[in-house]
Amino acid sequence: MIYKDLVVIGGGPAGLSACKVALEADMKVALFERSFDLGGQLVKQTHKFFGSESQYAKTRGIDIAKILIDEIKNEGNLEIFLDATVVGLYKDNIITVYQKDKYFKVKAKAIIIATGASEKFLGFENNDLPGIYGAGAVQTLMNIHGVLPGKEVVMVGSGNIGLIVSYQLMQAGVKVKAVVEASKNIGGYLVHASKLKRLGVDILTSTTITKALGFDAVEGVEIVKLDDLWQRIKGTEEVLNCDTICISVGLSPMHQLLSMAEANMIYVNELGGLVPIKTCDYETSLPHVYACGDVTGIEEASSAMVEGKICGLMAARHLGFIHPNDEALEFELNNQLCILRQGPCGEKIRCGLKKVGEIYD
Amino acid sequence: MKALYDKIVNVESGDKMRVDEHPILTFKNEEKLFFTYNGKKLQGFKGDTIAAALVDNGIMHFSNSIIHKRPRGFYCAIGNCGSCNMTVNGIDNVKTCMTLLEEGMIVVSQVTEELANDI
Amino acid sequence: MINQDGVATRDLVKSKFPELKVLTRPKAIIECYTEIPCNPCATSCPFDAITIGEDINQVPKIDFDKCTGCSSCIYACPGLAIMVVMIKNGKAYFKIPYEFTPLPKVGEKWLAVDRSGKILDKPCLIENVMITKKTDRTAVVTISIEQPYLYDFVTIRRPYE
Repeated sequence: MIYKDLVVIGGGPAGLSACKVALEADMKVALFERSFDLGGQLVKQTHKFFGSESQYAKTRGIDIAKILIDEIKNEGNLEIFLDATVVGLYKDNIITVYQKDKYFKVKAKAIIIATGASEKFLGFENNDLPGIYGAGAVQTLMNIHGVLPGKEVVMVGSGNIGLIVSYQLMQAGVKVKAVVEASKNIGGYLVHASKLKRLGVDILTSTTITKALGFDAVEGVEIVKLDDLWQRIKGTEEVLNCDTICISVGLSPMHQLLSMAEANMIYVNELGGLVPIKTCDYETSLPHVYACGDVTGIEEASSAMVEGKICGLMAARHLGFIHPNDEALEFELNNQLCILRQGPCGEKIRCGLKKVGEIYD
Repeated sequence: MKALYDKIVNVESGDKMRVDEHPILTFKNEEKLFFTYNGKKLQGFKGDTIAAALVDNGIMHFSNSIIHKRPRGFYCAIGNCGSCNMTVNGIDNVKTCMTLLEEGMIVVSQVTEELANDI
Repeated sequence: MINQDGVATRDLVKSKFPELKVLTRPKAIIECYTEIPCNPCATSCPFDAITIGEDINQVPKIDFDKCTGCSSCIYACPGLAIMVVMIKNGKAYFKIPYEFTPLPKVGEKWLAVDRSGKILDKPCLIENVMITKKTDRTAVVTISIEQPYLYDFVTIRRPYE
C-alpha cells in the first residue's frame, strides 16, 4: 500500500492545477493519469484560449498544458503515475490502480477527482459505421498524431467543440462540407462560427442528420430540415457526400468513481449528466473527497483550472496544511470563477449549479 | 455507391493519411516502426498509438458486431468507448487508442467477420 | 442573422468601423458581437485603446484616437475577430490574421473573400506577411484591395493552380 496526503485522479487542467496549489501547501501528492501523457484535453487544443490573463488567455491550449506540467513535474513532493487507471474508489479513501501489468492500492488523507468528461453519442440510422468519430477523437488523431481521419467531413453539432474542431480540420487540410445543428441558433461563440463561414463552410441550423450512408464505412450523410417544433420537414432531405462524420453533441461527466463510492449524485441536464453534490468548498458527500473540472459540470478549461486550484486549497486546509496565501487565494479564485460565469455564456452553468445547490440545501 | 473496405495503402509508407503541412503543429515522425496487423506488415511512427497507425494505413474496420454482423470502427480515441479493442502480442482487450506502437507488435482483430458470423 | 449563419450583416460590420475620414491612419476593427468571457485584446494593447473592464464578458470598446493600428490585438484575439484597416489613394489596406499553410508571398494576388465565404470579383494584392515569435504562429497579412470592398473583404484564400 502506498500512503499519500493527497491523491489527484486525472492529469488534465483541473488535476494539474489542484496539484500545484496542494504542493504549495506542502502536501505529499500522487497524481494518477490513465493516458501516457499529462495535459488532458489541453494537449489537443491548437487554438488560443479565451478568458483572462490568469487563465492564460491568448495562449494556445497545447502551450498551456506545457506550462501547467512544467510548474509541477520536478516537485519533490509529487509522484506522477502515467498509464495508470484508477479502477476503484473506496469509502476508506483507498483507491485501486491498474498500471500496465500491475495492480496496487493507495491510501490518501484526501482525494481530488478530476476525471473530466467523455463525448456523448447520437442516435441515428447506421450510426455504427466505421468513419463516425467523436470530435475529440478527430482532434486526438489529427493534433497529437498528425493522422487525418478522412478527407471530407460533416460535423454534427455547432457548439464550441464542433466549431473549433471544424476549423482545425480545415487547418490540417481536411475539407469540412458542413456543420449541422439541430437547433435554430449556432451553439458556440459566434467568432468561431464566423471563422468557419469565411472558409466557405456551410453552417446549417435547424438541420439534423437522419442517417449515415455507406456499406462498410461512411460514404455520406442524409440531412433534413427541422421545423419550429423540432419535427422533420418532409421533402427537405439532402445527401452530402463525405467519408467521415464527426459527432459533437456535448460531453458527459466521468462520474464513475464517485458513483462507485456512493457519493451523493444528482442528474443535471445543464451540467451534462450525473454530477456530485458538493459543498461550497468543493467537498463531495465523501469526507475529504473533492471534485473539480468537467466531472462537476461541463464547462471550459479556464474554469477547470480555477476549480482545480480551489480544490487543492481546500483539500490542504481541511487537513491542516495551510497554503502561504490561503485566504487571499480563495477570494481571488472565487472572484475569477464569478467573472467567467457572470456573462450570457455562463447562463447554462449558473442554472445547472443552482440545481446542485438547491438539492444540497 | 462504391463500397469502401479496408483501403490498406502502400505497406512500406503509412503517410497516405498523414498531415502534410500544419500551420501550428510540427510532427517529428522520424523513427519508423513496423508492426503486423492480421498478418500484414504495416508501418507507423514512434509516438503513434496503434489505432492512429492503423487509421494512417487506411484501416477503418476495427471489429464486427456480434449480433448484427456489421463492420465497426472506433469512436472516442481516448479509452472510453472500448470499440478499438484488439489482441496485441497475445493479450486480449488492449485499447489500441491508448497503447503506444512498438516495433514488432503483433496486432490481431479480436472480433473478425468470421468470428462474428460463427457466434 | 449572425446567430443562425455566423455572418455579420453589413450594418453590424459598419457599426464597428469609425468614420471614413479617420481611416487615413490604420485602425483596428473589432468584430466581437457577443458577450464572451475574454479580454486579451484589451490587455495586449500597448496604447490602452481597447477597454473591456473588470467584467471580462463585456464587448470590447475601442478609442480610435488612441489606436495606432499596431496589430498587437490582431494576434492576441483568440477568436481571430480583429483586423486593421486603412484607406489610401482609393485603396483599402487590411491587416488580417491568417493561420493556414502555405503562407502567401509578397506581390502575389490572392482571392478576396467576404464574410459568407463568397469570393469577391476582384483579387487582393499581398503587401506584407509578418509572423514572429510574438505573434505565436498567427501570421499578420497585409493586403490591398479597391476601396469599394471596404465593408465586404474579410480574408484571403489561396487561388488554386
